[in-house]
Amino acid sequence: MRAARTSVWAAFSDRLLQGLGLLVLALALAALGALLVDVLVDGAGRLSWQFLTSYPSRRPELSGILPALVGTIFVVGLTAVIAVPLGVGAAVYLEEYGTQSRLARLVEINIANLAGVPSIIYGLLGLGLFVRMMAMGRSVLAGAATLALLVLPVVILSTREALRAVPKSLREGSYALGATRWQTIWRQVLPSALPGILTGLILALSRAIGETAPLITIGALTYVPFLPADIWSPFTALPIQIFNWVSRPQAGFTEAAAAGILVLLALLLATNATAILIRDRLQKRRNA
Amino acid sequence: MLCAALSIVVTAGIVFVLLFETIAFFREVPITEFLFGTEWTPLFLNKSYGVLPLVTGTLLVSVIAMLVALPAGLLSAIYLSEYAPSGVRRIVKPVLEILAGVPTVVYGYFALLFVTPLLQQVIPGLAAFNALGPGIVMGIMILPLVSSLSEDALYSVPNGLREGAYALGATRMQAALRVVVPAAFSGISAAAILAVSRAIGETMIVAIAAGQQPRLTLNPLVPVETMTTYIVQVSLGDTPTGTIEYRTIFAVGMLLFASTLALNLASHWLRGRFREEYA
Repeated sequence: MRAARTSVWAAFSDRLLQGLGLLVLALALAALGALLVDVLVDGAGRLSWQFLTSYPSRRPELSGILPALVGTIFVVGLTAVIAVPLGVGAAVYLEEYGTQSRLARLVEINIANLAGVPSIIYGLLGLGLFVRMMAMGRSVLAGAATLALLVLPVVILSTREALRAVPKSLREGSYALGATRWQTIWRQVLPSALPGILTGLILALSRAIGETAPLITIGALTYVPFLPADIWSPFTALPIQIFNWVSRPQAGFTEAAAAGILVLLALLLATNATAILIRDRLQKRRNA
Repeated sequence: MLCAALSIVVTAGIVFVLLFETIAFFREVPITEFLFGTEWTPLFLNKSYGVLPLVTGTLLVSVIAMLVALPAGLLSAIYLSEYAPSGVRRIVKPVLEILAGVPTVVYGYFALLFVTPLLQQVIPGLAAFNALGPGIVMGIMILPLVSSLSEDALYSVPNGLREGAYALGATRMQAALRVVVPAAFSGISAAAILAVSRAIGETMIVAIAAGQQPRLTLNPLVPVETMTTYIVQVSLGDTPTGTIEYRTIFAVGMLLFASTLALNLASHWLRGRFREEYA
């Protein structure tokens, strides 16, 4: 009798746990849905060609996002130029040359920790190092250098993973033909790891696109009625413009913020779609 | 080689920049006043430099976020690793990845203009800026992290343990809660600690939705200020280099860096121990 009751209870609580798990996931899905619907409802009305091509203004219905959009593309592009060679270089060293030396181990722990440092701390580093000591000012270059340091651990980690996935036989075949280590890396390993490396890079850059705190800390402006001319110009970026609009009480600016978020999310979606496309393309070419 | 050494230079750079300004700060303000003072008003005429209100503000929001993210993350991890059919996994995993990829400024918007107004209908005394709304949203933001790291931990528990439990007549729940979760405990705690570190360092959600009033309170319904919000607040103003206001953000940053570093190292150590157990 007692055994029967316990087993009924056990079966019931088994179902209960399963239901709870499903419920939590449904709630997470609902939260994502609510977020998207909320932003769409608030911002879709403001989204227009005029919004994309105008400068910010004191009048919410006239403000546009052009300088922020251009600023984001400029800064993130420059971030890529700085972070990609450094990150890929570091990953190649750690994966292909780094024996179990003390330095390699130290670097490894260090990179894992750097990936966990809050982004605002990178902002303080950028403020102290690039903006003040190296006297770059509050420029596109200082912003890109800061973001490059921020995404560097991500680039290194994902590149290493891509390199690790290259089969050993490929390297050995190349060595057997008399290639040096550098020739093997440059002509065989890197091309074959390219899809993985590119995907990781684009994911790292999409993180840079969404970062706000470090750029605010180094002093990116919140009101920029002009386009950045070169790497020494002051600038603003999409998330900063959104933050600025959210912090204003007028309803019109809330709508502008929501529309800005839609632009930001569209940009992220485009970046990620590109990553997937490139990966598929390259993989197909390899298999063909 | 040079590139790899760069990562060490970055760490050294962070420590150097923070230390440089922090030491200058402590020349003017005694360290005991900073750590134990209960009033934080460096931007007012009548200045005091007690960091405790910022610390309690940070902890309050983080605790709320953890109350959301830990149970929800663990439950979803158990479900995904022990119960879910592959069809559900295929839908759920990308959704969690999208949740993890949403920029934090968007979550801030969501907290201020959706979650807080929603909560205000249930809790009448809730201020427009408060710790509760951003805390909950931060919990949603951290959920994917907790879920995927705990799932990894559960997944790497050897199947023999599960099968042993089933052989003794355990249901899936009994096997999951009494065998698998305890076996993966250090991996799960590593995930939890990493989540706390993320919550403490999170900036935009609280900067947008939690307010800018440093006060020593554990009441989640009123505006508070976190360490990260304070850094943002000062950065937005035009604070000249070398002033004590400028140095406060580095002192606060140092405290933030030290606490997240300690948490990250603890998490790293726990994960290493977990790997050893099942190597």
